[in-house]
Amino acid sequence: MSAAEVLAPAGRTGLGGRLLASELTLILRRRRNQLLLVALAAIPLAIGLATRFAGSAGSRDSVLSGLTNNGVVVGFGTLVAVLPIFLPLVVSVVAGDSVAGEANLGTLRYLLIVPVSRTRLLASKFAALVAWCVLMTAVPALIGLLIGVILFPNAQITVLSGNQIGLADGSARLLVAIGYGALMMIGFAALALFISTLTEVPIAAMATALTLAVVMQVLDLVSALHAIHPWLISHYFFNISDLLRAPVDFSRLQHGALVALGYVLVFWTAAWARLSTKDISS
Amino acid sequence: MAAFEIQTRALTKRFRGGQLAVSSVDLAVPAGAVFGFLGPNGSGKTTTIRMLLGLVFPTAGEISLLGSPMPAAAAAVLPGVGSLVEGPAFHPYLSGRANLARLDAADRRARRRGARSRVQLALERVGLAAAAEKRYRNYSLGMRQRLGIAAALLQPRRLLILDEPTNGLDPQGTREVRHLIAELARDGSTVFVSSHLLSEVEQMCSHVGVMRTGSLVWQGSMTELAAEQRARVSVETADSSLAKAVLADLGLSEIREDVGSASAVIGARRPEDVVVALVAAGVGVRAFTVAKPRLEDVFVQLTGEGFDVSG
Repeated sequence: MSAAEVLAPAGRTGLGGRLLASELTLILRRRRNQLLLVALAAIPLAIGLATRFAGSAGSRDSVLSGLTNNGVVVGFGTLVAVLPIFLPLVVSVVAGDSVAGEANLGTLRYLLIVPVSRTRLLASKFAALVAWCVLMTAVPALIGLLIGVILFPNAQITVLSGNQIGLADGSARLLVAIGYGALMMIGFAALALFISTLTEVPIAAMATALTLAVVMQVLDLVSALHAIHPWLISHYFFNISDLLRAPVDFSRLQHGALVALGYVLVFWTAAWARLSTKDISS
Repeated sequence: MAAFEIQTRALTKRFRGGQLAVSSVDLAVPAGAVFGFLGPNGSGKTTTIRMLLGLVFPTAGEISLLGSPMPAAAAAVLPGVGSLVEGPAFHPYLSGRANLARLDAADRRARRRGARSRVQLALERVGLAAAAEKRYRNYSLGMRQRLGIAAALLQPRRLLILDEPTNGLDPQGTREVRHLIAELARDGSTVFVSSHLLSEVEQMCSHVGVMRTGSLVWQGSMTELAAEQRARVSVETADSSLAKAVLADLGLSEIREDVGSASAVIGARRPEDVVVALVAAGVGVRAFTVAKPRLEDVFVQLTGEGFDVSG
């Protein structure tokens, strides 16, 4: 081939779907991440069995303690159990690793000279994180639902407001709760992604992100700091309990969703500003 | 303008700590050249290469790569450039093949169709086909280096920028890389190869640039470099000062006198005439030699002292 042929622009370029697929494969093939998924999937099993043989579902959380035992509640109980720590943990690990891990290995420089523009790289990384958040929220909750239906076959569910709803209605509400929980994690993932662009040490990014998740929840408990509570994404995690009222009041859920989207906007932009001006010297 | 595949003007990088890594470098790499970028470790070679590829942003100066400005035109330029930057880097728990497939997938201009054969071809080209399914973490240093070169060869390239490509390779591997570079140059690619080994550059390059403490102290073709290799005559004698005077009378330049010897650059004079003149003047000639300096000495001369050519 002649040099001129190589120079000629290849014309049609792909949308970058192959890079996203590669990102997802990278995440899902990693043994560590597979173990995280298995550990999360085991949680509803523990909750279901404990509820079946030892009493009420979600006894760790007063929101759910008033509910009768049934299938959908195991799904909700699982979500409530994993939202504060487990989900932020698995999101911190993967999001913290996403840019810092590549920088640490040196693979970041080879991606950039392929070339992958820094914007496209960050978009692909974030898109893969979105998928990870959805997967990690949905898997334990749906397994919880399945286990719950098996362990507690009663079709009627008594919700917080005292009314009764059917299994189909309850499952639909659980799906909304999964979507809301995933969105919370996506907002948090944007923050963790930003932290990941600040360092070349992935473990530092993971630890910082997870620490922030804990600190936010601690701050949320200090009533003297109520002025900053609306800015903490963890403040909105448990709005899913609104889905267990009849009729459902969506106003707090909408508010939480907007905050999560705000996190995405602010921290993805910050990550972009950081990455696109950074000297890649690793 | 397309005469130079790489051209920089006053390229400068000062890191945030204030350290001046690259200082006002004016590189000019002609099309079709195999350009050896020579310099000791820490002389700014890798920082220069990172700036050429848009990884590090220059503090000042301009870069033109394949005739387009960098880093502004990175998306259009870099597909034509294959690079190895400061050693190979891959995901340790993926196989060599999976690592190349990931890089291929990241390339927007590469279609999904043909990906498998592109990867296979690149692996075969560097002799890694047999180890393609092994995890990268189990590769030896030489295999890692080969995989890095394979990544640079995933697509046909107009320009190859190879930072220390023979690092970690055994003599056999080093020979193979040299052949590969010659082959690429024959196919019409320009090759920019950095090294801290003069002997390596001497064997495979048509052009050379020399870096020292962040500055480009010399660049030109090997022919121009050879012209710098001026032959010297040297006389061993007890009458070194008399010999010095004779050499000066003959109009020779760069005369040096040591205890028991004198030497000078011979220039256009014929050696036999010098001997005749020495003998006629009564210099007791014990030995007379004409020698071209080794390339190494030329470098020391061009770059000042302290160039660790043997690396």
